[in-house]
Amino acid sequence: MRFSFRDGYQGSSFSEFLTSEFPHLLPDLSGLAAPAGEVKVAHGTTVLGLRFTDGVLVAGDRLATMNYMVGNRDIQKVYATDDYSLMAIAGAAGPCIEMARLLRVQFEHYEKIEGEPLELEGKANTLSGLIRQNLPAAMQGLVVVPIFAGYDKRRRVGRVWKYEITGARFEEQEYDSVGSGSIFAKESLKKRWKSGATREEVLRIAVEALTDAADEDRATGGVDVLRGIYPTVKTCTAQGIEDVPDAEIAAVYQQLMDSRRSGA
Amino acid sequence: MVMPFYVSPEQMTQDKAEFARKGIARGKSLVTLEFDAGIVLVAENPYDLSKIGEIYDRVAFAGVGKYSEFDRLRKIGVQWADVEGFRFSREDVRGKALANLYSQLIGDEFIRSLKPLEVELVVAEVGDDQLAGHERNAIYKVQFDGSIANLERFCVIGGSADNIQRHLDSSFRAGLSLGDALRLGRDALQRAENGTPAIPPDNLEVCVLERRRPGRKFRRLDDAEIRALL
Repeated sequence: MRFSFRDGYQGSSFSEFLTSEFPHLLPDLSGLAAPAGEVKVAHGTTVLGLRFTDGVLVAGDRLATMNYMVGNRDIQKVYATDDYSLMAIAGAAGPCIEMARLLRVQFEHYEKIEGEPLELEGKANTLSGLIRQNLPAAMQGLVVVPIFAGYDKRRRVGRVWKYEITGARFEEQEYDSVGSGSIFAKESLKKRWKSGATREEVLRIAVEALTDAADEDRATGGVDVLRGIYPTVKTCTAQGIEDVPDAEIAAVYQQLMDSRRSGA
Repeated sequence: MVMPFYVSPEQMTQDKAEFARKGIARGKSLVTLEFDAGIVLVAENPYDLSKIGEIYDRVAFAGVGKYSEFDRLRKIGVQWADVEGFRFSREDVRGKALANLYSQLIGDEFIRSLKPLEVELVVAEVGDDQLAGHERNAIYKVQFDGSIANLERFCVIGGSADNIQRHLDSSFRAGLSLGDALRLGRDALQRAENGTPAIPPDNLEVCVLERRRPGRKFRRLDDAEIRALL
C-alpha cells in the first residue's frame, strides 16, 4: 500500500511527495531524444505583468503556435494558482500548463497540511524549484519561462517575478514581459508605464502592449474580432483575483484603434 | 523448559479494544451535523491545534483521541486526495474511498501493532447540486479497530458519546439553519460526562462544508462569527 501510517513522506511539499511516493505521476520529458525544434509542440507567445496602485495585472494573448502554424486560437496562458497569485506562461505550452497545474496543487496542498497558506515569496520560490527540475527538458528546447505575480498580504503590495530556465528568479519593480513578442511588448510598456497607475490605466497600457506585440510578432495573437477572442487579463489585489471581462477589454481596444486611426 | 507465552486472539483483541477505548474516552467529543446548506463540524477545543481539517473540495476530516495519531491520518488524507485529484479529476475525490482507506490503515494498525491507534475519525462529504448524482451528503465514522459506519443526519465521536447521542437523537431536526445546528451541537457537547457544562464560544472549533460555495467548500469559522451565530 502506498499510504501507510508509519512510513512514507511526511512533509508539506506535494511535488516532493510525488517524487518520493508516485514518481511516475511527475512530468518526465528526459526521454525526448530529438531537439524539440524537430518535434511539433505548441508554443505560447506573449504574456506580461504590471504593478499598479492596488496590486498587479497579468495579461496574455490567446495564440499557441506549432512551428509556422496555429496550434490553438484561444489558449489560456494566465492561470490563477490560488486566491492571491497568478502565473502566466510562455514557451512550450504543454510543460507550461502542466507546471501551472502542479503549482496550483502544491499551494493548496501546503495550505491544507500546514493550516495556512505560503507567503507570496514562498510561492515564487516554489515555482523556481519546478523550473529547475525542468532544466533537462529546457535543454532539449522545451523551455518554460513564466511570469509569477500576486498580492503580498504582509507588505500590502502587488509583486511580479520573472524566471530564467535555471530557475533563477528576478523581481521586477515595474513590469515585465516574456515570450516571442516580448521585445515589442516591452518597447511599448517602457513608453506607457508609469508609477502609481490605476487599474484602468494599466489595463489600457497592457492591451496596447499586446496589440503592439501582435503587430510585429507573427506568433502573437492580436484581438480576433471575427471570433470574438480577446486577450486574457486578470488582476490580483487585496480583494483577490478578478477576471477583466471581454466587454471591458473590447472597449479599451476600440478606443486604442480609434486613437491610432485619428493619429491622436 | 520455557513455556511459550500464549494469549488467545479473543483476549488480545479485547485488551487492545479496551486500551483504545480508554485512550479515546480521556479526550473531548466532536459532533458533525447536517444543516440546510451543508455540514457543520463542532468540537470543544480551546487550543490552536485543530481537530477538524480540510481534505478536498467537498470533503472534511475530524478526529478525536491522540493528537499525533489523528493528525498524521489527516495528513495522509490530504496526500491521498491531492494525488487522486491530480491524476484523475477533482470530482473523483470522494469521501467514501477516503473512509475506506482510513478503515484499512487503522484496522491494519489494530491487528499488527502492539499498541492500537487511540483515534476515532469522521469523514464528511457535502453534496453539490451542480453535479448530477452527487447531490447527497455523506458522513462516515471510522473507529479504532477500523470498523466503519455510514451515518445520516449527524455523527458523534469521542469519549462520552452516549449522552450526546441521546440528546441529538431527541432534538435533531432536518433542515436546521447553520446557527440552529451550531447551537444544537454546542448543547449536545455540554452534556458529555467529561465535557464542560457551559462551553465559552472561544473554546469551540467550528468548520463548515458549504453546499453552495464554488470550488473548495470547506471553511473555518473565526471566533467573531461563532459568537454571532450563537
